[in-house]
Amino acid sequence: MIPPETTSKETTTDMSTERRQSDRTEAAAEAKESSAQDAKGHGVNIEALNAYYGDQLAVKNFNIAFPANEVTALIGPSGSGKSTVVRCINRMHEEIPGARAEGSVALDGMNVYEDGVDVTSVRRLIGMVFQKPNPFPTMSVFDNVAAGLRLTGARGINLRERVHRALRAVGLWDEVKNRLDKPGTGLSGGQQQRLCIARTVAVEPEVILMDEPCSALDPVATLKIEELIDELKDRYTIVIVTHNMQQAGRVADSTAFMLEGELIEHGPTTKIFTNPNDERTERYVTGKFG
Amino acid sequence: MSVTALPRVSPRRRRTDKVMRSLLLVATLIALVPLVFIIYYLLHKGLSAVTSSGFFSTDPNGNFFGNPGGIRSAILGTLEMIALATAISVPVGIAVALYLTEYGKESKFANVIRYFVDVMTGVPSIVFGLFIYIVLVISKIGGAFTGWKGAVAISLLMLPIVIRSSEVVLLLVPSSLREAALALGAPRWRVMLRVVLPTSLSGLVTGSLLAVARGMGETAPLLFTAAGAFALTGNLGAQMNALPIQIYNDIQSPRNAITARAWGAGLTLVALVLIINVIARIASRRSRMA
Amino acid sequence: MEASATTVSGGRSLIERSPLSRLPDQVLQWTLTALAAAILILIAYFFIRLIGQSSTAISHFGWGFVFGNDWNPSHLIFRGLPLLVGTVVTSAIALLIGVPVAIGTALFLIEICPRRFRTPMAILVDLLAAVPSVVYGLWGVFVLAPKLLPVEKWFASTFSFIPWIGGGTVTLYNYFIAGLILAIMILPIVSAIAREVISTVPSEHKEAALALGATRWEMIRMAVLPYSRSGITGGAMLGLGRAIGETIAVVLVIGNADVIGKHLFNQGYSLAAVIANEFGEAANTTLYKSALFEAGLVLFILTLIVNIIARWFVSRGTRTRAAGAVMAGVAVDEV
Ligand SMILES: Nc1ncnc2c1ncn2[C@@H]1O[C@H](COP(=O)(O)OP(=O)(O)OP(=O)(O)O)[C@@H](O)[C@H]1O
Ligand SMILES: [Mg+2]
Repeated sequence: MIPPETTSKETTTDMSTERRQSDRTEAAAEAKESSAQDAKGHGVNIEALNAYYGDQLAVKNFNIAFPANEVTALIGPSGSGKSTVVRCINRMHEEIPGARAEGSVALDGMNVYEDGVDVTSVRRLIGMVFQKPNPFPTMSVFDNVAAGLRLTGARGINLRERVHRALRAVGLWDEVKNRLDKPGTGLSGGQQQRLCIARTVAVEPEVILMDEPCSALDPVATLKIEELIDELKDRYTIVIVTHNMQQAGRVADSTAFMLEGELIEHGPTTKIFTNPNDERTERYVTGKFG
Repeated sequence: MSVTALPRVSPRRRRTDKVMRSLLLVATLIALVPLVFIIYYLLHKGLSAVTSSGFFSTDPNGNFFGNPGGIRSAILGTLEMIALATAISVPVGIAVALYLTEYGKESKFANVIRYFVDVMTGVPSIVFGLFIYIVLVISKIGGAFTGWKGAVAISLLMLPIVIRSSEVVLLLVPSSLREAALALGAPRWRVMLRVVLPTSLSGLVTGSLLAVARGMGETAPLLFTAAGAFALTGNLGAQMNALPIQIYNDIQSPRNAITARAWGAGLTLVALVLIINVIARIASRRSRMA
Repeated sequence: MEASATTVSGGRSLIERSPLSRLPDQVLQWTLTALAAAILILIAYFFIRLIGQSSTAISHFGWGFVFGNDWNPSHLIFRGLPLLVGTVVTSAIALLIGVPVAIGTALFLIEICPRRFRTPMAILVDLLAAVPSVVYGLWGVFVLAPKLLPVEKWFASTFSFIPWIGGGTVTLYNYFIAGLILAIMILPIVSAIAREVISTVPSEHKEAALALGATRWEMIRMAVLPYSRSGITGGAMLGLGRAIGETIAVVLVIGNADVIGKHLFNQGYSLAAVIANEFGEAANTTLYKSALFEAGLVLFILTLIVNIIARWFVSRGTRTRAAGAVMAGVAVDEV
């Protein structure tokens, strides 16, 4: 084990006791935090999801359950609709002109597609990490992590404490603690991606969606993110899209295989990779097509 | 195989090529000749006026004999009117550009707006002067001819420049940044204010400055709105002098002392415009480096 | 309490929309949309008011205002053919001189000029656009017109057999000087658009020509010009629009004579010039003033038509949003 990781593990444990105390004082201010006391995320259930780009049906009658505090990997060939599914979960899909979705995406029993649902609250509860690191170029490291809290107009919180905690949670604290006021874009690619994860974590969502978070990173940075994901699942429900089978094997508790907008198979990762039910899954994971 | 084995271009074709290339070079040199001449004469005839005593510290006096006075009131008037015109056209222009990039996008209505803004850029400045004359001067709102009406006429001229240059710059803001902010749960208006605008700030400054440089030199719209005056006034509610009006009137004078003042004022105006252009370029260079 | 993540103690869902949550967004969206719409309304309103102010002259002279040849303010007769002729002649001269030079400049800068000189040279050409029109007028009155007068005289007498050129007195201020200054003034915009269009010619086209053994010029003729013709035409049209509407530089060097000049080197008038020159005198005469407003209206409609055509060509030629910025007089490399 490399020393930095051990420390980062320790700090996470510290963090959770820390936050338990601080949460107690703030519990009245933010109800969501009260649920954080048991440090449990909440699962997501997708039922009968159809997603369109204009007239094109990109995701067809999709049903899946992402269990709480587990990492679920979405795999499948390019264009199979993985990104679309993920973007439907936090309603980012509808940001694309002409795109729409129907069906039910339930976060702990609450359908985010119901009438009268506030999209911004949905996105606050379901964070997202993108393929390419995208820190805000005009903001410092600190401001980038604080951005989510400021942009959502969160009040009555200790901003600095939240930012430091998020940076520790992603294991970035030691690397950036002396350059918090430097531009976020000045970090390395891997650091930038962890910064973006910190930005997401700082808002304290329930679910974190990751769309190929490592595909722009080198193997060392990728490893760091994978270890981070493993730690984050204690607290969050994680859905990760990946093209990298080994990565899915390393981080995911369960894996779902998609093809042409449909869910082909979802099961424990080891089963999907060693003994899948569907022959198409087998062909894909053994590299016979893709 | 040696290079000489390649088929050779016939001497006639080579000659045509040479002749045409030289013609293009000549065209470029011809294009630069007027610039050289104008700058030469501005310096040649304007420098002595500019360096004469009281040029920047006295106002034109309208006396038939003796010292005709300097251009102080013209400079003040130009600066005041351009400041007001900028205060009107830049916020409105950026707001309309924001509408085009953030809301209108490729909708019919947005394209109609684009169309009219483009057409507006081609409307002669004198016609804008007539518009303001009809709407504001004839009706004698707040007096007949006033500085602020001149400023309004100039702001109309600047508006399409601000809108279209801002639109280009706002489109350069990567959509990944907007998505990142939206995915954090930020409402759209905060995304625009805290992410989109800051990211494109220097480009917006460049476009606005170019509009300022353009508006500063306009004469025709001022003739029917601010109408010109001799005396120094900081009051935008009164008739107001401006550099272009001063030059226009001075050119038509039979007195050498006054035409000399026209050259001095011309040099001053061009210097101001060039300074603004240089600042605009520096701002745009900065935006490209970021 | 069975605290679920998505409900607060009151039982209301955390993701449920509170009545005011979307208000700021909607306010902003409506404000911006209203501002954009206000521009359309404003233009339409101006247009209607301008027609209203011109109506006296319109009802007096009808089409005679445009095609009748008698501009005589002291008798309150306003038949503006001399103005229209001046506008057309000076703009034509501007195009004839300005466009070839502008295209030549653009071709040279993009296709021939060594890369490191390109930007500085382009900046110099663009600087011509930064010179205010009153300064062009200043320079035209005191430098260009007097310096060129002997040349014009020699030219007019030598080529007097060509119609519209010789056979009359050469005046200090005339159509040609006005057209020449306009040519200089439209050069930067035409050149900027031509540069923009030429630089978007796909390099495969050019390389294909070169691979066939074409010389640089042959490549320009075979690959560059055909591809960019539409955009360059649009640029020229835009230049034409600018030339038609230019006022201050023209009023100073066209001579402001209210009869049609006999030839190129004779003085004349233009639609824009007459407004700037006579507005003060017209102040208290309703018909006179209305006639000047009608001159403005004709100018407005003329430039509108030219610009609509120009925009069509430019947007067809460039297919980029940059077209708009270029049309606004902001070369893209500046932004
Ligand atoms: N913005 C869009 N407009 C129209 N169609 C789109 C858009 N984005 C994706 N699609 C279509 O939707 C389908 C699913 O795309 P999606 O991006 O979800 O695939 P993916 O599985 O994420 O692929 P990849 O592995 O390449 O990221 C594809 O057929 C694609 O062409
Ligand atoms: Mg994808």
